[in-house]
Amino acid sequence: MPFRLLRGAVFALPALFGVVFFAYPVGSIIARGLSSASGDRVQQVLSGSSFGGIVWFSVWQAVASTLLTVIVALPAAYVLARFDIAGQRVARALLVVPFVLPTVVVAGAFEAVFTRFGLDDGALVLRHTPYAVLLAHVFFNYAVVVRIVSTFWDQLDQRPEEAARVLGATAAQTMLQVTLPRLRPAISSAASIVFLFSFTSFGVILLLGGPRLATVETEIWRYAVSRTEFDVAAALALLQLVAVVLLVIVTTRTEKNRAIDSSTVARLSSTRPQGRQWVLVAVVTGSAIALLGVPILTLIERSLSTGDGYGLSNYSALADPVNLLPVSPTKALTNSLVYAAIAAGISMVVGGMAALSMQRPTGTGAKPGTNRITSLAKTGLLDIGLTLPLGTSAVTLGLGILISLDESPLDFRTRWWIVPVAHAIIGIPFVLRGVVPAIRGIGPHLREAAATLGASPTTIIREIDLPLVTRALLVGAAFAFAVSLGEFGATSFVPRRPETTTAPIAIFRLLGQPGDILRGQAMALSVILMVITALSALIIERASGTDRGLL
Amino acid sequence: MKLSLHHLVYLALFALIASACGSADGDIATSGAPASSTPTEDTAPAEDASEEDKSEEDEPLATDTPLGITLITHDSFALSDETLEAFTNETGIEVEQLASGDAGQMVSEAILTAGNPIGDVMFGIDNTFLQRGLDAGIFSVYESPNLVNVPDEFQLDPTHRVTPIDYGDVCANYWISELDGPPPTSLDDLIDPAYADQFVTENPETSSPGLAFLLATIAKYGDGWEDYWTALRDNGVVITAGWEDAYYGEFIAGGGTRPIVTSYASSPPAEVIFADPPVDTAPTGVLLDSCFRQIEFAGVLEGSGNVDAAQQLIDFMLSPTFQEDVPLNMFVFPVIENAQLPDEFVEFAEIAENPLTIDPETIEANRNAWTERWVELVLR
Repeated sequence: MPFRLLRGAVFALPALFGVVFFAYPVGSIIARGLSSASGDRVQQVLSGSSFGGIVWFSVWQAVASTLLTVIVALPAAYVLARFDIAGQRVARALLVVPFVLPTVVVAGAFEAVFTRFGLDDGALVLRHTPYAVLLAHVFFNYAVVVRIVSTFWDQLDQRPEEAARVLGATAAQTMLQVTLPRLRPAISSAASIVFLFSFTSFGVILLLGGPRLATVETEIWRYAVSRTEFDVAAALALLQLVAVVLLVIVTTRTEKNRAIDSSTVARLSSTRPQGRQWVLVAVVTGSAIALLGVPILTLIERSLSTGDGYGLSNYSALADPVNLLPVSPTKALTNSLVYAAIAAGISMVVGGMAALSMQRPTGTGAKPGTNRITSLAKTGLLDIGLTLPLGTSAVTLGLGILISLDESPLDFRTRWWIVPVAHAIIGIPFVLRGVVPAIRGIGPHLREAAATLGASPTTIIREIDLPLVTRALLVGAAFAFAVSLGEFGATSFVPRRPETTTAPIAIFRLLGQPGDILRGQAMALSVILMVITALSALIIERASGTDRGLL
Repeated sequence: MKLSLHHLVYLALFALIASACGSADGDIATSGAPASSTPTEDTAPAEDASEEDKSEEDEPLATDTPLGITLITHDSFALSDETLEAFTNETGIEVEQLASGDAGQMVSEAILTAGNPIGDVMFGIDNTFLQRGLDAGIFSVYESPNLVNVPDEFQLDPTHRVTPIDYGDVCANYWISELDGPPPTSLDDLIDPAYADQFVTENPETSSPGLAFLLATIAKYGDGWEDYWTALRDNGVVITAGWEDAYYGEFIAGGGTRPIVTSYASSPPAEVIFADPPVDTAPTGVLLDSCFRQIEFAGVLEGSGNVDAAQQLIDFMLSPTFQEDVPLNMFVFPVIENAQLPDEFVEFAEIAENPLTIDPETIEANRNAWTERWVELVLR
């Protein structure tokens, strides 16, 4: 039966992808490290006096970053989902911009802001503190919560809220007792991404946290690269993996385990804000500008600053060859765009198929009994497996690819496409975590009604599932695109030909030598990267807009 | 835009087929994939051209096996386009480059892939990492005849598993116009209260110049290095994770407030070459008493399938063509005696006459203990 074949492929392809490019490499490097382990040394590190503190700080800062991001971003998600305001699309597109900014550039901008507002020295110090780390994590992850939650919220059936109001609930009661519980799948999806991102954060910890802070992630790097103690690094990587698996199991359960109906429908018409609602809109806009705008404006100012005042010379110089770089900055930008397109494409296909295979079995799709249970276990494994890369160190993934994909038929480690594939591995969780709540939100009654009316399973997927998840799929793809454009860690670990230098690598190189010209060009290149991200997010936003009102 | 499941499946199948081709034959994968114009478009035609050149001009070199080798470097490696072309024209050997990360990353990767290396020659392992690579047995022995032009002081491996290619000094730099008094002239000055709260340096656990500066203080003071660092801490030294946030964050150059930073002896010429607007003199000076010498080496990797060609590349790296191209691309100095330096280097770069140094074996044996002790002294 072609449908069963299709269903098989929808599961098998993402599974194969995850095994070859993630599970096998990461498993190999950890096994390799542990097999050479001197048990005493590993034990010595793990029982060392500072180690408990490192684990505690790793978890603490990730949890705090996540809570803070959710609290700061939820009002914005509400505003974007419920109100019809001019410039909304542009605002949504701009939100993704922080994602592509190299950490070294953002850290520089934050430091400059701290200095300008006297936060580097004095009564209130942010520089080189955990608070600077939290602030930067909110900066980087704000968009994740806003976009995933608002996309879901936008499509949430509003009738339960209306019913609650009719029955006499206040607006606050309705929000706390009706809306928030119904938003839980999307919030927990977004929160898990923010947690994983913060848990494996590297540059932010080192640059903004200062030399005294360490996390499991930075320790993996230190033991693998700075000290070549692969056994300790492998033990830490295993620890990180176990922690992340536990977290993902908990969140995927939260996404599934809902007694409350979160049925989504096609987007309902939003209203213009009225009266006091304008205050909320103003507060949300103001805080977003303060949080995201100030560092970004600092960056733009730096890119325009030239020897004799302000001008565009840093931009016009980007097409010229620089003798530190094997390619011109504009060529590096082109490379990044090509890679990002490939990575976003792979993420959409693999992540989208994986999400489809995780939809609730409908009466027609699956047979009851053991088959159904094993299929649930299989898709659960797929869900966890494809989300894990977000919580895995770039060191583990990069070195794993190097030692495992080295022999025919998997001799991939020096292929040019291993870079976009590595980017896609990190992009897939964004697609998955965005689409799974949407696909599970489709009420089973909708599919059953269609089946009763004689629609084939393929027709149901095509006519019901796809239109409803396309928007979430594209939001995920926009993230995957941005993640790839800005990716530095895994890229730097994969052996690359100089002609394929990406923009983040070029920016890092330009900032590696003294000289105003090089620094100005690095800033200009960062700004162009931001503009491209905003534009592509806008295009994706428009594409998804045309799908509105299909139902 | 409307996606159907069919499209997704076709796309997926296409991806599968593309990767299957990739595993079958590298050339097909790179030149055949639609989006891959980036990596090979430039190199593929050149390859064809040189194959022809080879058969027509270099009769003695023409063999059945294709002459191509892979050079592994760190991300800071850069050369003028003509330089490696000159090597190919001379020998018929195509050089493909692969870069990954900084020197530490590159060495870790080489140790992990020992025996099945991703390339034939490695460039860029320096004296602070050298012993680690030698201990792991990643290099095979080759003594280049061109070593006659290289002073003994650079030849740290008497058994010639690695060959010195370039060197540079890591030294404290100061911003001349922002110093209150005279420039510091010795490491001792940095712990003088007159220079309190003026110095920023990098964490030796996360930064290569940071490690070099720590080694400089150990070379200078011996066991007294711990007291020196305690004094530096008391004198208000600031520590950053890497060179970028030291030089562009804390140092005057990037709008910071500190006039003294750990950087390179070649930083003043870079400040001139990349100045905006152009300047006649360097804004920074070098504290020559603080310089630690870093020497970069190249070696043929154990497991290379093309040892003869790899050795020819090592010879070429010691030729004037390669050596004279190094300063303006990597801001390091050539090791051969008769190499011409670019004007900017002659005018603005200072070379320490008696740089501080520690032999690679001692560095490797003590490095982890030193950095751990450093963390306790300076950061706790």
